[in-house]
Amino acid sequence: MTIIVDYDAGNLHSVRRACHEVGLTARICADPDELRRADRIIFPGVGAAGSAMRSLAERGLDDALTEVVAGGIPVLGICLGLQISLAYSQENDTPTLGLIAGQVNRFQFTRPELKVPHMGWNEVRPVLEHPVLAGIEPGDEFYFVHGYYPVPQDSVNVYAQTDYEHTFASAIGKDNYFATQFHPEKSGRVGLRLLANFAKWNGELGGNVK
Amino acid sequence: MLSKRLIACLDVRDGRLAKSVKFVDTKDIGDPVEKAREYYQGGLDELVFYDITASSEKRKIMLDVVEAVANEVFIPLSVGGGIRSVADATDLRLAGAEKINVNSAAVQRPELIAECAEAVGDQNVVLSMDVLQVPRSADIPSGYEIVINGGRKKMGLDALSWALTGERLGAGELVVNSIDADGTKTGYELTLTALIAEAVRIPVIASGGAGVPDHLYDALTDGKADAALVASMVHYGDYNVSDLKRHLHDRGLKMRMSW
Repeated sequence: MTIIVDYDAGNLHSVRRACHEVGLTARICADPDELRRADRIIFPGVGAAGSAMRSLAERGLDDALTEVVAGGIPVLGICLGLQISLAYSQENDTPTLGLIAGQVNRFQFTRPELKVPHMGWNEVRPVLEHPVLAGIEPGDEFYFVHGYYPVPQDSVNVYAQTDYEHTFASAIGKDNYFATQFHPEKSGRVGLRLLANFAKWNGELGGNVK
Repeated sequence: MLSKRLIACLDVRDGRLAKSVKFVDTKDIGDPVEKAREYYQGGLDELVFYDITASSEKRKIMLDVVEAVANEVFIPLSVGGGIRSVADATDLRLAGAEKINVNSAAVQRPELIAECAEAVGDQNVVLSMDVLQVPRSADIPSGYEIVINGGRKKMGLDALSWALTGERLGAGELVVNSIDADGTKTGYELTLTALIAEAVRIPVIASGGAGVPDHLYDALTDGKADAALVASMVHYGDYNVSDLKRHLHDRGLKMRMSW
């Protein structure tokens, strides 16, 4: 069973609809025990890191997530889900899950032509091969909405990059965990392709430098 | 860098598509779900539904339309028209709308913007402004005034000052709709669009007046807009979404070209 983790962080139905479109039946669920029984997990979310971490902790979902990721099943983080998988976020000065070493910083928006937040379609350039990025080509664009960006400590965790105020990691991963800063569920055909790849992924890596 | 966005706006009345010209004489032009699908497959970047249903008891029809579209169109979906409360906004979000457009009700009660931003996130609240050009005065120093109720009622509120207020209250984006240009097909109101786009740090969507592809180019360059909204240009088959995007791309704008 595939579970979409529900922790009061945005509208999860669009993720469920997009999964359904690619043949992946997913259930929205906030129960940590069910999470432990799932065979595939999607960890989405929009909103602020501080309230998201509180909400996860109140439901016991923080420990459950850490356990299931350690257990080896395929897990896909999306947007805020990606951000709180790192160890620390500048947003609300929040310690986060630490599934991947690194932190989340705020865009400085020093150039007046840059709008706040980074919202809209932007190019995602794969820099490492990954089963979930199969068929995604340079030039393919995905839909982003975020004011903070991930900074993994180790470049081996960076699977794709995107240019905005500066170049940042737009897809990261480690072992059976993979996460995107963009929203595949709102990114048209290429987004559905990514979700279809995730639906087939067994959680193992190829992982050669392109 | 971010691509410029092409957005199509579909006016929906009682669950059917309608196109308004200067906000009067609406006529039925088809099935919103079918149009949404066609535009999505053509590479549209974002879709806006505007509910112009007059009676509140028929609002449920709109939720069904939104849900039907959200089940097969996987790009951001924005819905406006008649949103007066957080409950209205939340219902639409559950039906599948990514973004919520507020307009008249926010002019009458600006806190609505902050309440919706708190409930659904800043980035998902779009403030739509209907704007009429008027003589400059002490009350309307920019010479652009906010109107509501489909353009029929002047509010004595300066459009530039309202845009800044909306941004401060938490709107994530602005639609600047020129009532003067709407339906004329003579081009967007570029002076107004640029005035507002240069004053705020949130994205601005140009609306009203597009008739030929170069009008979109003008809005996205001289008009300083981040996105251009079209309606009748594409609804009647005069142009299609793919050709518009290709035209803008060929003229040197960064557009999303693979879909």
